[in-house]
Amino acid sequence: MFKSLMKSKKNHSFWQSLVIRLPFGWLLAFFLVPFLIVLKISLSQTAIAQPPYAPTFDLAAGWRGVQTFFAGLSLDNYRFLGTDPLYILSYMKSLQIAAFSTLLLLIIGYPIAYAITRLPRRAQAILVVLVILPFWTSFLIRIYAWMNILQHDGPLNQLLLALHIVREPPSWLSTDTAVYIGIVYSYLPFMVLPLYATLEKLDEQLLEAAADLGCPRWKRFWLVTLPLSAPGVVAGALLCFIPIVGEFVIPDLLGGSRTSMIGQTIWMEFFANKDWPTAAAVAVVLVCLLVTAIVIFQNHAMRGSERD
Amino acid sequence: MHAGDSGSEFVKRGAERPTFGKRGFAPWTDRTAQPLLRIQALRKRFGGFTAVDQLSLDVYQGEFFALLGPSGCGKTTLLRMIAGFERPDSGRILLDGVDLAPVPPHRRPVNMMFQNYALFPHLNVEANIAFGLKQEGMPKARIAERVADMLALVKLEGLGRRKPHELSGGQRQRVALARSLAKRPRVLLLDEPMAALDKKLRGETQFELMELQRQLGLTFIIVTHDQSEAMTVADRIAVMDRGRLMQVAPPKDIYERPNSCWVADFIGEVNLFEGRVGADADSVEGTAFGRLRVGRKIDVEPQGRVWVAVRPEKMRITPAAPERQASVENCATATVVDIGYLGDLSIYRLRTEAGVEIRAAIANTGRSADQAIGWDDRVWLSFAPEAAIVLTR
Repeated sequence: MFKSLMKSKKNHSFWQSLVIRLPFGWLLAFFLVPFLIVLKISLSQTAIAQPPYAPTFDLAAGWRGVQTFFAGLSLDNYRFLGTDPLYILSYMKSLQIAAFSTLLLLIIGYPIAYAITRLPRRAQAILVVLVILPFWTSFLIRIYAWMNILQHDGPLNQLLLALHIVREPPSWLSTDTAVYIGIVYSYLPFMVLPLYATLEKLDEQLLEAAADLGCPRWKRFWLVTLPLSAPGVVAGALLCFIPIVGEFVIPDLLGGSRTSMIGQTIWMEFFANKDWPTAAAVAVVLVCLLVTAIVIFQNHAMRGSERD
Repeated sequence: MHAGDSGSEFVKRGAERPTFGKRGFAPWTDRTAQPLLRIQALRKRFGGFTAVDQLSLDVYQGEFFALLGPSGCGKTTLLRMIAGFERPDSGRILLDGVDLAPVPPHRRPVNMMFQNYALFPHLNVEANIAFGLKQEGMPKARIAERVADMLALVKLEGLGRRKPHELSGGQRQRVALARSLAKRPRVLLLDEPMAALDKKLRGETQFELMELQRQLGLTFIIVTHDQSEAMTVADRIAVMDRGRLMQVAPPKDIYERPNSCWVADFIGEVNLFEGRVGADADSVEGTAFGRLRVGRKIDVEPQGRVWVAVRPEKMRITPAAPERQASVENCATATVVDIGYLGDLSIYRLRTEAGVEIRAAIANTGRSADQAIGWDDRVWLSFAPEAAIVLTR
């Protein structure tokens, strides 16, 4: 794609090529450059200084400055990550919570998206607005609301007691369950919207064609609807999985203190331990993990949708 | 080779059923013939709109039947009711004498070829064709064999692994046809199957479709708004308007013997002259064209209101008065208003002294003729009494 873009560039005017280059420039300035800065910090050592790491680039020292700068970089922080199980556990925990939440979101989000597409046009529009309605309130306030709902004498336990479902009020807060509730609640729109977008485009006539060829209703869903909504499933899963891995607020406010997710670990290193280089190394490893996961997942999904 | 052999076997299997050389094929004239598909007093409303209104129709085994009408006439709704996608409000559809009402679409022994083909985009050509066979639970080996047959039949050998988006429009159309034929339906329903093809390809495909239908001996029902397509392919045409059948007849009869002004006007071009039956019962008086003599006795009492229809190609244009034949009545002087040159034909728009507009189509057989009659010329219009069609409604 990139190649064809370059080739066709010749016929473009100055403004057209500017428009094409603008997104690349944006990515360069606000993604690649910050990432390189973080990468550099991850190769530095902690220092009691401002900024709290060394070496820093000293332009005044000229070529010798460049040499000392590169001599000062090392992979020590990455080696350190391997020695302390805290980090590995934290990564595992994040991936586990993200994977399981994404699965839960799919199981809950797919029927919602599917049901919306079955309704008349007007009702669909209203329901889509309702799906994104929670965004009108601050994210933080919504999580605080969940703290209130889930606390020991909160509305949830009162309801469960009133309905005689439990005899003793269970404690929800500081558990993984609370984290799952918070994550599924917060990320549901990100799952429902891409699924809705693909399911809504699904050609009704394909289902008729399947019926015409002898396919009963439930099988039509498996053989036609589900495979054709695969792009929506992939988009929704990525849109949820990636930010959930790095989620900080929800596990911090609703989760327990025993194992923290990777976002909390980074926060701790940065702000509590003032260890920027280690925090940066944790962050770089996270990016690498995610990129690898996404590439594998997308390749697999592509092959899946190509397959017959 | 193998595919080719089994392809012909597929055709032969079809030929075991009663097939007909199309010459003399007219089961609808045979009182003892049992129709394959009977539609009885079928009615379907959408809200306040009546799509199909008390419609009854018989279609026979091996027939190529066309439903023709302007858009919104209910032809597609009728087809969808046969397929089972729409439920009739009242009336019955019988296939081989069995009422289809309680049978869901996936159990009906009919298949449909959809207007936009509705190929499964995530499946390749083979899997698309095999889809219906898999639902039947046909063994894998036989499915593969049948798919190869179908690919050979629609001349798409070697394209089985392609995805629909990798095919041209014409190839997609063939895949759709192969898919809908693969299960050997009792009736194949075709919903505007050639609407998306360009004109030249459409012409070729029409003849291929006829050939295929004759080879397989299957019953085809085609929905189309293109009258030349219906005329070309069909054994019989049902002309529909606003949910009703206007006329059901072979193409030649529809054109030469329309049963109403509406059908005469809908099929091809026509000049209509309103008048009253003359005392001798083989002429019509008081038309804008004067007194018109028609070829046969009119079955209406004298002074009854009738219309005389004359096709443009039956009109004659001559620079001088035509030789005095028996048909002295059927001529008038007119002025040429417009000439449309179509290559094979020229369409003349003329105005008579009485101010009536007449259309005449003249075949461009000789090169010298093109200069003979031009704009604003005063000419003589005439037609033979046999060319006149008398209509009572």
